[in-house]
Amino acid sequence: MAVTQHIDTTGAQAGADMAALTAERESHGWKWLLSLPALTILVFAASGPLLIVLIYSVLTPAEYGGVVWELSGRAWFQVFFRRDIFDPDEVTLNWSHLSVLWRSVSLAFQTTVICAILGFPTAWFISTRPPGQREIWLLLITIPFWTNLVIRTFAIQEVIRNQGVINSLLMNLNIIHSPIQMMYTDFAILVGMAYVFLPLMVLPVFAAMDKLDTRLLEAGYDLYASRWEVLRRIVFPLVRPGFIAGSILVFIPSIGSYVTPRLLGGGRNMMLSNLIELQFGQGRNWPLGAALALTLLVIVLVALVFYLRTIGGDEDKQHG
Amino acid sequence: MARARRNFSITALPGFASIAVLTFVLLYVPIATLVVFSFNEAASMSRWQGFSLQWYQAAFENRQVRDVSIRALGLAVTASAIATFAATLAALATTRTAKFPGQTMIYALVNQPLMVPEVVTGTALLIFFAGIKVSTGYTGMGYLVAAHSAFCIPFAYLPIRARLQTMDLTLERAAADLYANHFQTFRYVTLPLLLPGVLAGFMLGFVISLDTVVITEFVKSAGQDTLATYMLGQIRRTVTPEMNAIATLFLLLSAVVVVLFFIVSRKRP
Repeated sequence: MAVTQHIDTTGAQAGADMAALTAERESHGWKWLLSLPALTILVFAASGPLLIVLIYSVLTPAEYGGVVWELSGRAWFQVFFRRDIFDPDEVTLNWSHLSVLWRSVSLAFQTTVICAILGFPTAWFISTRPPGQREIWLLLITIPFWTNLVIRTFAIQEVIRNQGVINSLLMNLNIIHSPIQMMYTDFAILVGMAYVFLPLMVLPVFAAMDKLDTRLLEAGYDLYASRWEVLRRIVFPLVRPGFIAGSILVFIPSIGSYVTPRLLGGGRNMMLSNLIELQFGQGRNWPLGAALALTLLVIVLVALVFYLRTIGGDEDKQHG
Repeated sequence: MARARRNFSITALPGFASIAVLTFVLLYVPIATLVVFSFNEAASMSRWQGFSLQWYQAAFENRQVRDVSIRALGLAVTASAIATFAATLAALATTRTAKFPGQTMIYALVNQPLMVPEVVTGTALLIFFAGIKVSTGYTGMGYLVAAHSAFCIPFAYLPIRARLQTMDLTLERAAADLYANHFQTFRYVTLPLLLPGVLAGFMLGFVISLDTVVITEFVKSAGQDTLATYMLGQIRRTVTPEMNAIATLFLLLSAVVVVLFFIVSRKRP
């Protein structure tokens, strides 16, 4: 500690040496050397294998899983279309795949909307607490988020299943006489995903609101704006970047959701991730699994590009 | 008019507080239910019959639960330690330094696991590691360690980088002025200042590894279940409050780590 304090007093002098030191470190080799462990792990166990997925998606499936090294476009064809078993020339849309695709996109979108409706006021509530309280409310949002996904999904299952909290309560109060079937429906998946991903909306929206200058609201009210006008014309435009970031953060894990549909959707209400897993298990069609995984990746990339362009547009407006 | 204005709060928006309170209730009712019924005397998870610790005892005596818990914790500590080490070095190379060719590529690689859905990474690793397993015959925990380490790197990198960015560069310059060599400067100035960020990165990595279900499910060989994949398999079968007891213990662990993370990474005045 004493050393640090001593150095602090000489800090003013140090500025002059910065230029010299920068020059000394002009060669970038050491930066690559330091980054090497991280890059090696990432290339070996994250980015590199993605290229192999691309290759596998254009190979021929082997009989018991794996592939035969023979080029084939069949996997990509199968993602969207199917051939009639008896008449190979008859090509129809593959509705079993398309319905899974549609369910994934639609449920991810609905999850984002629910998270926005609940998350926006919650973030506002947190950001308007006194400074000391704010951290506690933030902590309360963060704790569930850091808890295992399987545990949180299990918790939701306990609430909505036939012998669960909601149904027991309603039956004890004699409001209903037989349990409402909520498990194994799209509704269950939606509830589960909204529950699990809600903090991802609250945190970035809060971050944007935290920077908001409350004097602007005051100015709005002084000019006879109603609450609604202040919300729509001052608050909303200013927290828009955080709101868009939150939407992306919720949408991406939602559309790739695996645990929630597996536990709450049962076998029939599959989402893309479950369909992909099926190809490596019972389906034994690795190329189709690879092609479906890349389809998911493309949807995510489109969402990311949309996000970057929107954010870029916002910044242009602010500067221009 | 004057009287109405006196109570006028400029930050109040109609209905917002109620929705916020509702959100917190919705967020915590399922978790509270889970915890409460872990102490239930009966096997029922909807009817309260009295306080008991029998499900905790059952969980501790369940050999399989013990195995998967130890495996999950060991994996989380190992993977997060590797990731934190690699992320610290990468952060030192890419933060507070002059821009250099290829830096964008390093960023992209480091952040890639955050952007690609877990199931896509899982698929890629399943295919890649299956090839290695066939050609080398090795089926140990190395694959899971590698996969978890890679996945934890961006999470460990974020708090370390954030810490570095707020650190005063002049302190290290001053150390150099006082004839400290590169190693001494790093050991006595940079590292102590960076330590809270490194700790935060390690904790974040630890929690992320415990939480990583999909990649684990795709990569694991037979007999390599972690707590998360074990629970995923069990919940689909019959569930007793023993599962609530296990979940409660891990919930507690997460809560402790988050609170520690908050304390460590809090900005000091």
